[in-house]
Amino acid sequence: MCLAIPARVIEEANGGEFSRALVEVMGLRRHIDTGLLQDDPPRTGDWVLVHVGFAMSKISEDQALEQLRTLSQLGEQEAALSEVQGYEDS
Amino acid sequence: MKYVDEFREAGVIRKAAEEIRRLADPERQYRFMEVCGGHTHAIYRFGLKDLLPSNIELIHGPGCPVCVLPMGRIDDAVSIARDPNVIFTAFGDMMRVPGRDGSPLEHKARGMDVRTVYSPADTLKLAQKNPDRHVLFFAIGFETTAPSTALTLMRAKSLGLRNFSVFCNHVTIIPAIRAILDSPDMRIDAFIGPGHVSTVIGCRPYEWIAKNERKPIVVSGFEPVDILQAIVMLLRQLKAGEPKVENQYTRVVPWEGNRSALKAMAEVFELRPYFEWRGMGFISQSALRIRSSYAQWNAEERFPVPGVRVTDPKAAQCGEVLKGALKPAQCKLFGKECTPEHPIGALMVSSEGSCAAYYNYEHRKTALTSIGASA
Repeated sequence: MCLAIPARVIEEANGGEFSRALVEVMGLRRHIDTGLLQDDPPRTGDWVLVHVGFAMSKISEDQALEQLRTLSQLGEQEAALSEVQGYEDS
Repeated sequence: MKYVDEFREAGVIRKAAEEIRRLADPERQYRFMEVCGGHTHAIYRFGLKDLLPSNIELIHGPGCPVCVLPMGRIDDAVSIARDPNVIFTAFGDMMRVPGRDGSPLEHKARGMDVRTVYSPADTLKLAQKNPDRHVLFFAIGFETTAPSTALTLMRAKSLGLRNFSVFCNHVTIIPAIRAILDSPDMRIDAFIGPGHVSTVIGCRPYEWIAKNERKPIVVSGFEPVDILQAIVMLLRQLKAGEPKVENQYTRVVPWEGNRSALKAMAEVFELRPYFEWRGMGFISQSALRIRSSYAQWNAEERFPVPGVRVTDPKAAQCGEVLKGALKPAQCKLFGKECTPEHPIGALMVSSEGSCAAYYNYEHRKTALTSIGASA
């Protein structure tokens, strides 16, 4: 639940509080909520940190790769992947 | 040993460890609390304690939401879900946490409709797909997950969804830190501040800790080098005698936090007058409840809730461990009756709980030890 998962935006959302964007996490594509970033919505190609299916902050590509490394060091890469896999896709 | 190659920054880690040794006054004891369970996990996983001089003690804080939830809350929610029309949903971390009558997973085995969700948003879809049933979401977490629940409730309202409600257990980190500072048996010199909670609340809410309590606090990332750097920053502050709030995790945490997230939380939640924390007792204004404008989606308004109170098993010493008064292995049940496979206390369930972290890693020291040793 407290995992922060870095994801790259493949298809940006329209904006607004209930907007959803298509993202890719370690090769897996899912929709996530981006309403908590409505002040500065992520664009296609941007990286975000995702908590429980919601993008919580925008990060740089370097930071995203670093976070992926942290997850693997912590032994949580699989947990992160199965969390993303668990997001309902629509 | 097998982890050595994973640490590209081995040299930086070694330097930070050297700097810590240089800064730490051998004549005094240091007690630093890492507030966040994610840091606890990282500290054990990376064997960071072995890189620190013996007069720096890391105390594990209350920042593991599953661990601080009083058992009775599970029984309360389960009592709602005994209605066969109800679908009980929660994050995976919750599923193995025992209530008095068993964990949600055990209730599932006995026939209750219990489902794991990974995003609160998915509970809405489940409700839409099952219009004849009621979907109950057992919400849990600090400010990292509370905004997602808030936005989900806003969405439920805008959809006019009638068959959905939230059993809210969200808690806030600041009152827990205050309770720790107010507790006479807790002597903490400084805090390693939570990384992801601070993404939402920013760094300002910690200012009273430095200003009024004269304790340094450094918000930190989760890599070994982040945590060591945070300790360097704390030691420098203590040496200078100038406690302040510093942000080591600037690459993710903005000083002002996430305004949209705070706005969503303010729209949906208000503070409860008090809330029970496992091991810490009742703490005033330490948890969130759903505002009356969202009463229709508040499970505690919609259903009768028995208000079960369960004391921890007598032999278990979760409270003392949670407050840092005892080390996990000093609990009588640790590794015997209570293991990650058969947890008695919640600290043994979550990978962020200090007992599970201690159990999983303390005897499997990782390569960082050897990095430190070869310095």
